[in-house]
Amino acid sequence: MTPGLRVEGREPVWSGWQGKPLGGLLEACRELLEDTAYPTVAAWRERGGKVVGHFQVYFPEEIAHAAGLLPFKVRGAPLEPRQAESRFGSYLCSILKTSLELALDGRVELDAFVAPPICDAARNLVAVWGRNVAYPCRLLVLPQNAGSIHAADFLRDEYERLRGELAAIGGRRAGAAELRASVALFNENRRLLRRLQDLKRERPWLLAVDEAYALAAVGGMLPREEHNALLAAALPLLAERPARRQDKVRAVFVGGFCEQPPLDLLQLVARTCYVVEDDLLIGLRWLEEDVAADGDPLAALARAYLERSAWSPVQHDPRKPKERMLRAWVERSGAEAVILAAAKMCEPGLEDQVAFAAALEEAGVPFFVSEFEENMSSFDHLGLQLETFVENLLFDA
Amino acid sequence: MPEPGGEVVGRGLRQGGDLLRGWFAELTAAAERGEGAAYVFVMGSLVELLRSFDLPVVFPEINSLQTAVKRVAASHLNEAEELGYSPDICGYVKADVATQRRGGEHPMGRIPRPALAVLTTACNTYIKWGEIWERTYRVPVAVIDVPGSRRAGDAFAPGDGDFERDCFYVAGQLRELVRTCESVTGRRFDVDRLRENLAWSNAALAGWRRALAANRAAPAPFNALIDGTVYLGVLNGLRGTPAGAVFFSDLAEEMELKAASGLGTLHDELWRLLFVGVPCYPIFRRFNELFTERGGVFVGSTYLWFASGGAQAPFSYDLEDPLRGLATGLLLSVRAAVDSMLFHDRALDELLDGLRADGVVFHAVKSCRTTSAGLADGRRALLERREVASLLLESDMMDQRVVSEAQLKNRVDAFFEGLAARRAGALA
Repeated sequence: MTPGLRVEGREPVWSGWQGKPLGGLLEACRELLEDTAYPTVAAWRERGGKVVGHFQVYFPEEIAHAAGLLPFKVRGAPLEPRQAESRFGSYLCSILKTSLELALDGRVELDAFVAPPICDAARNLVAVWGRNVAYPCRLLVLPQNAGSIHAADFLRDEYERLRGELAAIGGRRAGAAELRASVALFNENRRLLRRLQDLKRERPWLLAVDEAYALAAVGGMLPREEHNALLAAALPLLAERPARRQDKVRAVFVGGFCEQPPLDLLQLVARTCYVVEDDLLIGLRWLEEDVAADGDPLAALARAYLERSAWSPVQHDPRKPKERMLRAWVERSGAEAVILAAAKMCEPGLEDQVAFAAALEEAGVPFFVSEFEENMSSFDHLGLQLETFVENLLFDA
Repeated sequence: MPEPGGEVVGRGLRQGGDLLRGWFAELTAAAERGEGAAYVFVMGSLVELLRSFDLPVVFPEINSLQTAVKRVAASHLNEAEELGYSPDICGYVKADVATQRRGGEHPMGRIPRPALAVLTTACNTYIKWGEIWERTYRVPVAVIDVPGSRRAGDAFAPGDGDFERDCFYVAGQLRELVRTCESVTGRRFDVDRLRENLAWSNAALAGWRRALAANRAAPAPFNALIDGTVYLGVLNGLRGTPAGAVFFSDLAEEMELKAASGLGTLHDELWRLLFVGVPCYPIFRRFNELFTERGGVFVGSTYLWFASGGAQAPFSYDLEDPLRGLATGLLLSVRAAVDSMLFHDRALDELLDGLRADGVVFHAVKSCRTTSAGLADGRRALLERREVASLLLESDMMDQRVVSEAQLKNRVDAFFEGLAARRAGALA
């Protein structure tokens, strides 16, 4: 593509990747991801656009998009939470603090903030956020009783309420036609993300975990039209990448459903492992199949959330026992090992680590247990441990 | 000269202790007969429904806090941590993991194993906890979505469109729960038994609210932190029973008598305080003494609101249509409970005005993010709105390792000095 290319008839908010070879494109994604000025959000606002911030894990971005809003994925930030530190207690994960810091120090201007009550800490986030800003903040109730026959109707109704509130913010009610168009656009995005995952699983030497992560994660801060264009350009370049298969361990990485490990940590993992499956930003891939673009789009989104979706430690669904889902990932991806990571102070992640370890032990799958923090900067010890783990595996093989 | 109401005064604590011991004796007997129990939680326990199936009810939160009060929690926590559970997760969960591994052995008796578990979404740890039993015992774990307030100050009441839609969802889930209970117990649902149990709960809740209101009197007739926790245990464990209904009617009578007679829980009540958060169970009585030694009385707490499952909310179960009444009551009460945790600064406005309190003690605990994560900010917001003395303490509800009595005492002493200076300034 050439610099300044228009996307869907308008100037893009980010053209930093355009016209670059694969290496430059990936580097641009990484730089954008680590840019705490959030230039894409600022550019969107400069054009008069409004922004709804949504906290991890899953948010029906189609509803915001159809209302003309930019959905911005709030997933923590690589910064010091100077003001937010005083708003929270001591025993808390980092992502809540750095996310709030974005709002408190004004570097990300929002028009609304939405968070699902995914854990005990996060359910406090809307209350704290709402006490500190003037714009609307609300909890989005995503069913935990996913097996109830009433859950889909409830969720459709919850989405309907959200649609009304976002219309008041964006000044435009998303009608069925707009919603269907947004669903189609996001279906395309999910298809592209699935292709990225497939590539990582089938030919992992073409795409390191940190590269795949950067490509996917920038979607949370871009208009989805632009993300689709980026992925559509990157995928063929990746497929043609002149990379050779190396002697690395095929591994599943879990623990990245909410707080994100730093890119440097993912790079460290990539030195010794091919990450062939992971739950990093699983919310972007929560809906695993296309959402029906005909009929009632809100009902279709609700059904897809419940019936054709991924899994995570923060959703209870007896039809998806988490250990079984993890083992299915291991089998599907042909993984030789699992990296059982959890963010520090993340209760759901830490609790599931125990169950995962027991299940993997029973199945005879080697695993590596670790904790991380989004702003950690020293990786020497972790690197040594992981290297030893991998060497043992390769030696045993 | 005998005090007025000699037999009445102190009755609540005496009878409350007896009732709790009796409840645990029944659980022990059930465990020894090899019977399973319904595991439930304080926010949305649904015991009225479960009792209609004659299921014994177990509150693992209460079991766990008892291990701390009885000073045996450390070995439980260590045992769970040796299994891989992190020091950074809920201490209640870890104490229960150890209790289950010990075959239900507990300082109060023996806890029967679960036949099913019923939990609401009032707390996410409930869900993760239930998943442990699901794995360990392969029993049904019914998660009931109880949609809470979407934002601070959300207006909600029966009859409102949004409330009714949420209630429809809750009622549908309760009908599904009924089928689960039928399947687990092999019994048919008896709506008249549910109606009867709800009637007992209505009576108990009415008495509970009268007792809470009695603490508006100065001196306050009961200590919300110590006495209140005993009453809470009875309210949770004996909801939906005649004994529970009688207890709270008697308790209301006792508290109203004490209020009318000027009998306070503390002889010289100097400072009326509010408590926000979960008690410091590893040094339960000593923590309270840090305040009573300086003339401070906890006259109210958010704990009595959320740990009673929102029983302060003014509602009674509709007995005409008991399942629908249960759904409405569940939604109203769990919402009130959750609001008093997440939006505690608003709850404090009501408590400060109603109970004429001089200060607020915020107690953040490592083990419980639901009740603790937002306390610092809630305090900040409250102090921006109101002139009130406050103290923020950090320790734990289970883990003695993070409880430093000396540090707590220093901070509490400084708080009282500030209170005294504030009062002197006001009088000057």
